[in-house]
Amino acid sequence: MSFISRGFRGKRRDVAAAGRVPPGQYVVDDFPVLSAGPTPRIPVAEWNFVVEGEIDEPKKWTWDEFRKLSTEQVTKDIHCVTKWTKLDTAWTGVSVDTILEGVDTAAEYIVAFSYGGYTTNLPLEDVTGGKAWVAFEFDGQPLHPEHGGPARLLVPHLYFWKSAKWVRGLRLVNENQPGFWESNGYHMYGDPWREQRYWGD
Amino acid sequence: MTVQQSDLKLDGNAIGGLLREIFAMEMTTAEGTCAHCGRVSMVGEVVVYVNAPGAVVRCPSCDHVLMRIVQGRGKYWLDLTGVRCLEFSA
Amino acid sequence: MSSRGPRLLEWRLGTVAELVQETPRVASLVLDVPDWQGHLAGQHVDVRLTADDGYQAQRSYSIASAPEDPRLAITVERLDDGEVSPYLVGEVRKGDKVELRGPIGGYFVWRATDARPLLLVAGGSGIVPLMAMLRHRAAAHSTTPTRLLYSSRSLDDVIYRAELERLASASDGVTVTHTLTRMQPPGWKGYARRIDRAMLAEVCWPKDQMPITYICGPTPMVEGAATLLVDMAFDPASIKTERFGATGGSS
Repeated sequence: MSFISRGFRGKRRDVAAAGRVPPGQYVVDDFPVLSAGPTPRIPVAEWNFVVEGEIDEPKKWTWDEFRKLSTEQVTKDIHCVTKWTKLDTAWTGVSVDTILEGVDTAAEYIVAFSYGGYTTNLPLEDVTGGKAWVAFEFDGQPLHPEHGGPARLLVPHLYFWKSAKWVRGLRLVNENQPGFWESNGYHMYGDPWREQRYWGD
Repeated sequence: MTVQQSDLKLDGNAIGGLLREIFAMEMTTAEGTCAHCGRVSMVGEVVVYVNAPGAVVRCPSCDHVLMRIVQGRGKYWLDLTGVRCLEFSA
Repeated sequence: MSSRGPRLLEWRLGTVAELVQETPRVASLVLDVPDWQGHLAGQHVDVRLTADDGYQAQRSYSIASAPEDPRLAITVERLDDGEVSPYLVGEVRKGDKVELRGPIGGYFVWRATDARPLLLVAGGSGIVPLMAMLRHRAAAHSTTPTRLLYSSRSLDDVIYRAELERLASASDGVTVTHTLTRMQPPGWKGYARRIDRAMLAEVCWPKDQMPITYICGPTPMVEGAATLLVDMAFDPASIKTERFGATGGSS
């Protein structure tokens, strides 16, 4: 039993209703910022989003074009592998189903890639069927750069490192290719409900 | 509260303890050659982001990733491929 | 003394022997740490707090005490939205135990055997490791010419103010220059702005004296001062930096 610091409580950690909090997580009411590098500052006039890879013709949108796509407002719980969970987070974004509309591909995986060089990998079926968005608003406000703005990927059913900040495209690929964290100890899939944090979990 | 980028940007001193755990010796005076731009920096001077699912160490000159360190389940995962050569005293 | 210390870095418990309120938001914890193997001025310790549900938070704090002191001191700035600092400055009492490991660091250290003129540049709580260096210098009876440039928001925020005044008036080669960036007392004749090139040029050693420089504080201040000194043609290898993040200290 390790030493307990008398009177130390730490940041507010709630035990929320069972069933909403995956194993090993605690609920926070702030929105922690995690960063692997300098925050990219991308003016929307320079922002592009692409779909490329195993696809007949790559697709590309400028910010204005992207903002003309139909959007959804969703409220989701999010779970970070560093153990915090935030309930009822409100986002506005374009569903990845909308982005992939009309795309014909035999690829089973994607790599999401971002301004600044971050990558993460996902099965295609985990970003389709209403499970993922490219989100540009949080809590009704334009997404702040520290939280991944102008736009980030949002895949709430997996650990939040899969929700790539500053996303600039999706590459359709035939094989599952480990991204930035997946190639260095973090789980290829990352299901918080099975506590798939690290390799071997 | 808006977190400034500079809140998260530290230097190699911030991972002194972690590197001590891994290398079993003091490493902030070790010198690493960036595999991308060739700049030689002391570990104490490199750019470090610790507020992440792991520690990410970057070259102070070209910002390329020098090292990534993840800890979990009693293990370390260490990627040093961004460092061409790490020199430290016996 | 080698900066390497014992091969294995173990967590150990220190007992709070004394609490010293340095400024309204900053306090020093003076600890008795059994079997402490000593340290070098500039090194830090990692402090780990554990709540009764097992939740842990860990932060690094520079050691404020000289290697010659029998007790280990750390100086902590309380950040209102911090997680660890409000516990260390506010909750901790004499007699409490604090889990720590160290000393850590070999890059940002100064030994009194180094005779080169010394320039110390501090922003906010960045003064802490530099104070360990000044205390070590005094305990070692060194007369190494030393200049401290210390940036604080106001006079009330100056940590170790009285002790710095004593060191400066001891006539053994220490000068202390303050700059107060936000508020100055009536009649203040000192600097009243952020550190800039003109200020550094007035305070620093002439290049040909081959000084060494230690800069510590918030990341933007440290990077700004280091860049200025390099622009002024000081040898980059003679400048050592330690960044505390924007807030100037661990939260």
